[in-house]
Amino acid sequence: MTARGFGLFALMGLVLLGVGALQSWQLAITILNMSLISAIMALGVNMQWGYAGLFNVGVMGFTAIGGLAVVLVAQPPVPEAWAAGGMGALLGLLLGVASILAAVVVYKRLPKGRLRALAMVAVLVAGYFITSAVFGPATQAIEAVNPASEGYLGGLGLPVVLAWPVGALFAGGVAWMVGKVSLGLRSDYLAIATLGISEIVIAVLKFEGWMSRGVNNVTGIDRPVVRPVDLQTESWLQALAETLGWEVQQTASVVSGLGYAALFTLVLGLLIWLSERAWTSPWGRMMRAIRDNEVSARAMGKDVTQRHLAVFILGSAVCGLAGAMMVSMDGQLTPGSYEPLRYTFLIWVMVIVGGSGNNWGAVLGGFVVWFLWVQVEPAGRWFMELATAGMADGSDLKDHLLGSASYMRLLTMGVALLLMLRFAPRGLIPER
Amino acid sequence: MEFLNALVTLSNFMLVPALAYGSQLALGALGITLIYSILRFAHFAHGDTMALGTAAVIGGTFFLQGQGIGIAPLPTALLAVPFGVLVMVGYLLAADRLVYRYYRRVRAKPMIFVMASLGVMFVTNGITRLFMGVGETRFEDGERFVFSVREFRAFTGLAEGLALRNAQAITIVTALIVMIVLFWFLTRTRAGKSMRAYSDNEDLALLSGINPERVVTITWVITAILLVLAGTLYGLDKGFRAFNYFQLLLPMFAAAILGGLGSPIGAIVGAYVVAFAEMGVTFAWRRVAGYLLPEGFEPSGMVQLLPVDYKFAVTFMILVIVLLFRPTGIFKGRVL
Repeated sequence: MTARGFGLFALMGLVLLGVGALQSWQLAITILNMSLISAIMALGVNMQWGYAGLFNVGVMGFTAIGGLAVVLVAQPPVPEAWAAGGMGALLGLLLGVASILAAVVVYKRLPKGRLRALAMVAVLVAGYFITSAVFGPATQAIEAVNPASEGYLGGLGLPVVLAWPVGALFAGGVAWMVGKVSLGLRSDYLAIATLGISEIVIAVLKFEGWMSRGVNNVTGIDRPVVRPVDLQTESWLQALAETLGWEVQQTASVVSGLGYAALFTLVLGLLIWLSERAWTSPWGRMMRAIRDNEVSARAMGKDVTQRHLAVFILGSAVCGLAGAMMVSMDGQLTPGSYEPLRYTFLIWVMVIVGGSGNNWGAVLGGFVVWFLWVQVEPAGRWFMELATAGMADGSDLKDHLLGSASYMRLLTMGVALLLMLRFAPRGLIPER
Repeated sequence: MEFLNALVTLSNFMLVPALAYGSQLALGALGITLIYSILRFAHFAHGDTMALGTAAVIGGTFFLQGQGIGIAPLPTALLAVPFGVLVMVGYLLAADRLVYRYYRRVRAKPMIFVMASLGVMFVTNGITRLFMGVGETRFEDGERFVFSVREFRAFTGLAEGLALRNAQAITIVTALIVMIVLFWFLTRTRAGKSMRAYSDNEDLALLSGINPERVVTITWVITAILLVLAGTLYGLDKGFRAFNYFQLLLPMFAAAILGGLGSPIGAIVGAYVVAFAEMGVTFAWRRVAGYLLPEGFEPSGMVQLLPVDYKFAVTFMILVIVLLFRPTGIFKGRVL
């Protein structure tokens, strides 16, 4: 990292300290933790865009599937639900996969022609009806088990940290499917395919109640760090609160937040170290060669599509990891809260602002943009109050303008993205 | 009788809504395909600019309603469409001058254009929400039905009824007119021919004295007309919610790709295929099947292939199938 990079990171640190001193330490820690997670997501997107020039507009889907992993790994299993329809649901899933595989076999084995198309359709239709005959009743039975608090299969009841790599694995698997279909074609086809898959992942999370409880949310997921409520009773914490002169409750949440920060920093550090190693390795050089001139890389005998697929899976897996970390920090999976502007396009702003093609840049972008995202809203309200100060109190226009101040941040982000793209396309910390 | 009843209930719940939805998608997909063939990038801000255009129309509608001006039985919104078009022509041309033109000049990669359109999307999104918020706004007025279920039943004496909502009829008719005018424009007028020439071969078009900036300007103007109409018709039909317009992006792109990116006729065909597939797969066939199947074979379930929440999955499957088996689309659009 250059002196400029160090300077910018130091500045960001100072700003966060300023938030702590001026606003509150809890807020500063919350921003810090979410910034760390955002930085990891930005790192994942940077792998795809910065290393390979791949345009992934489905970050939201990959983070959400990572979040699902947390539920499936860490939540305790629900034995009644398993008894009611667990086997049926699993069998249904297997049947679904089997019918798709059968269709693939038909496609590969039969000669090209109308017969092949008909046979494929027949296999798929038959597979659909067999699958839904098994799957439908089983999932209904599961969702009927104690629907107010359960109504799903639950997870494996394993330690929550284990869910993080599993989340990465899930996201990587989905990425493999998408990449297999859309890589090697026009570059914007990948964009549209990822846009689609991210909407589908959210639809599945919202609708497949037997798996994720859908819009009823899964709450109270095990956390990797002691909860503030449990910390408050510790005597050392009470002593600490007394020395600092803070309330016990506030101290507990700050200490707990710092625990997460340490954990996340560890993961982020490991990822940066790995990506930097990859960047300077022969593999990294190859990726940049492919990115900068696909034709000549092909001429050198590189299989561009395969390399793209690999880096696409890697980047998406990192996004999945971040998604899993986020859910385990919040302690809940809320499928209704995933929206593309926040989870896909904001991450893109981070990468572009920070500096695509530079890992430190992407991380810095994560910090800066998340900070702006949080702080622009109060700033927007302040601005609107100033702008409407001359208007009569209670007028419709004034109320409307004040009420819509929160949308200022979308505008701000868009303007920031456009300005960076135009005047500093290499970002805050440019690629070396 | 049984067959007629089946046909009527199918029309009422699937065919007519799908036709209207397909027409709305077609107008949107035409815009995407035009921008793609002239400016050569995937316009991600399309859904959100559609929302902003509709917001302008809604503003105009409310103003006209306040003045007591209307064209009942037609919705007032139709009267406000020219205003919306004017606003959007201004907006899109401003976006072009401020954002895209620079990248054209430096001959940036297509992906940079897409990224820039992402920025425009954010800004547009913010502006729309600033005016409209995130809730639903209904702005349909005038007569609601061309004919209602009860009228249809009384007229035909069938057990099942068919309703044609005003919004649906207007959508289908307008889309048809717009398509005819657009094709006339592209094939018969000088400006349209220069657009096609530019899309086909940029260098040859430049050589024969076609002014590229003029072609680009015309493209944005046509896009503005198309997207304001598409947005307004969609809003009349289903109510205005900014987020729904963003979500239209996927079916519109799927339609354009399915038809063949850069092919206007492809965009229209693609849009109807997507609309009918989406509706057909998420439609509960129970009543139709009940009429058609012999006595005693009536289905017990809903006979719905997929729940409505998965309509994106249908679009996505269409997209995947196209990408796997025919990446150039039905009408051989361009592919890398």
